[in-house]
Amino acid sequence: MNISNLLKLAVYALKRNRMRALLTMLGIIIGVASVIAMLAIGEGSKKSIQDQISSMGTNLVSVSPTSQHRGGVELGNAASVSLTIKDLDAIRDECPSISDLSPEVRANGQAVYSNKNWPTSLFGSNTDYLRIKLIEVSEGRGFTEQDVKGAAKVCLIGETVLENLFGKGTNPIGLSIRYKKVPFTIIGILKAKGTNTYGQDQDDLLLAPYTTVQKRVLASTFFNSIQSSAIDESSTKKAAAEMEQALRKSHKLKEGSENDFRIRTQEDLVTTSSSVSNVLTILLGAIAGISLLVGGIGIMNIMYVSVTERTREIGLRMAVGGRGKDILMQFLIESILLSIIGGVIGIFVGIGASQLIGILMKWPVVVLPASVILSFLVCTVIGVFFGWYPARKAAGLNPIDALHYE
Amino acid sequence: MSKTIIEVKDLTKEFHVGDVTVRALKGVNLSIAEGEFIAIMGASGSGKSTMLNILGCLEIPNSGTYILDGVDMSELNKDELAALRNQKLGFVFQSYNLLPRTSAIENVELPLFYNNKVNAKERRERAEKALIRVGLKDRMGHMPNQLSGGQQQRVAIARSLVNDPVVILADEATGNLDTRTSYEIMALFQELNSNGKTIVFVTHEMDIARFTSRNIVFRDGKILKTEDVKERFNAVEMLKNLPVADEVQAAKN
Repeated sequence: MNISNLLKLAVYALKRNRMRALLTMLGIIIGVASVIAMLAIGEGSKKSIQDQISSMGTNLVSVSPTSQHRGGVELGNAASVSLTIKDLDAIRDECPSISDLSPEVRANGQAVYSNKNWPTSLFGSNTDYLRIKLIEVSEGRGFTEQDVKGAAKVCLIGETVLENLFGKGTNPIGLSIRYKKVPFTIIGILKAKGTNTYGQDQDDLLLAPYTTVQKRVLASTFFNSIQSSAIDESSTKKAAAEMEQALRKSHKLKEGSENDFRIRTQEDLVTTSSSVSNVLTILLGAIAGISLLVGGIGIMNIMYVSVTERTREIGLRMAVGGRGKDILMQFLIESILLSIIGGVIGIFVGIGASQLIGILMKWPVVVLPASVILSFLVCTVIGVFFGWYPARKAAGLNPIDALHYE
Repeated sequence: MSKTIIEVKDLTKEFHVGDVTVRALKGVNLSIAEGEFIAIMGASGSGKSTMLNILGCLEIPNSGTYILDGVDMSELNKDELAALRNQKLGFVFQSYNLLPRTSAIENVELPLFYNNKVNAKERRERAEKALIRVGLKDRMGHMPNQLSGGQQQRVAIARSLVNDPVVILADEATGNLDTRTSYEIMALFQELNSNGKTIVFVTHEMDIARFTSRNIVFRDGKILKTEDVKERFNAVEMLKNLPVADEVQAAKN
């Protein structure tokens, strides 16, 4: 029998049991739709993480100290005290691919204004920092070289700190707050950036010259990290290599010994966070995949019932000349049709559901063509896989027994 | 003498039911010529159903030969037997075996689906012709549940005719029908037969057998006797003489 006849017979058979065909398809529809929606959510979150990281500056290169040994004792990253002004100068002198360069020091404590106080981080940097981190000043001014050199007690205030100490929409420029008993004059307000991908509030900070933070707050000469930007996006790798070279030299590391610092480019960050959301995507996809599998089992179940119920029909088809393989193909095509039609509907439902989730929950969703193609293929495979056993059973029936089956 | 359609020699068939061996046919010889209208008779267990299944190429005998229209079926595999059934045989069953929720014309088309040489247009034309031939011109789009028992059996007969078979095998084709409808069906068979169709009709009803031209009586797996029907019934005449149907009578009252 040729394929168009087989298709026609399968369509007739499905039409005879519309309601049942629809209900069977429902399993596949839900399965495929959830796979597509889940992958879209996973992919969306991945993309939004990548976008956020890019918004921090795509050519960012940062150096942080790693754990150091002192006579066999691991001191841990927090205790690392390897980055100093000497390193900063070395990088400035020896790394032509670096355009902006700033140290970062960080103190934690309470910011106090009159009877209000708020726990926040005080970051110390030089004048390049705002450019490197793509932070803008919305009111007032940033600090100057003079401020850095003179360890001036000035700071820029983040939106969150502003709200909590002064109230929303007020202008605190010129006012003085205290941080660890040191008075800082507010000279500018940082433009709000919102929360980052990890849920961290990026506006909950104070920014001051690093010299001030080192000398007046921390009484230390070390940096928590060095932040820099490469001259352009494509030279981040080169910049990182130059930096490594410069730092190894300035740290006097011997050939073969490990680095006591770690250089990370924005690209590394993207890769790391992508792998996190990849795990999320796989997890969501797997759960949805299970529902697709259940849908497939539903098809097998219905086809199995259908074969039993249509035993006499099978007998008749054999009597009028249907060969075993014709019967096999007919039932197989029925189950493939069920799963493919269900799959196509599921794809549309899935895309619709993704958009709806995107609109209602304000989640970023990205429907990948690959996930659509994948679920379509999976449907076909499900149709064949779960249709095979019932179809075999039908094809193996003895025509005489089948004809007289009650 | 006309052409021999069915030639059966020393046919045996055994079934194994658990440890018991049932010898359904114990050496049957039979010859049916083109244009004959045969009734195969016998009590249940006589082997007549097994005989029909073998004649219908649905069952393979243990020994002996069966030549259908010049083809020795013992040399064929399952698929070839299916093709043989498709091209040379027509089946009519006691319980009609129509596909439910499928129109009369689609039911009649069914055998042609399994014949690659017939395209969709020819399939529809031949099915229409077959339905017209059994007198169901106005019922082509009806579903089986919208048809009476007699009409359903007519659809089944149309289905058996649609591939233009060399022989029609009918298994108790009037078994589910009342007397009047049975006679109507027999009239149809007689008409087909008078136009040259060879028909093998299995029945256990004596009066139905008298519509045929030759009776073959089975007992205990063997042919007990073969006899030509002398005073053959004419179904059209018989219908005229039947008392008016109950429902018609009721309508008059």
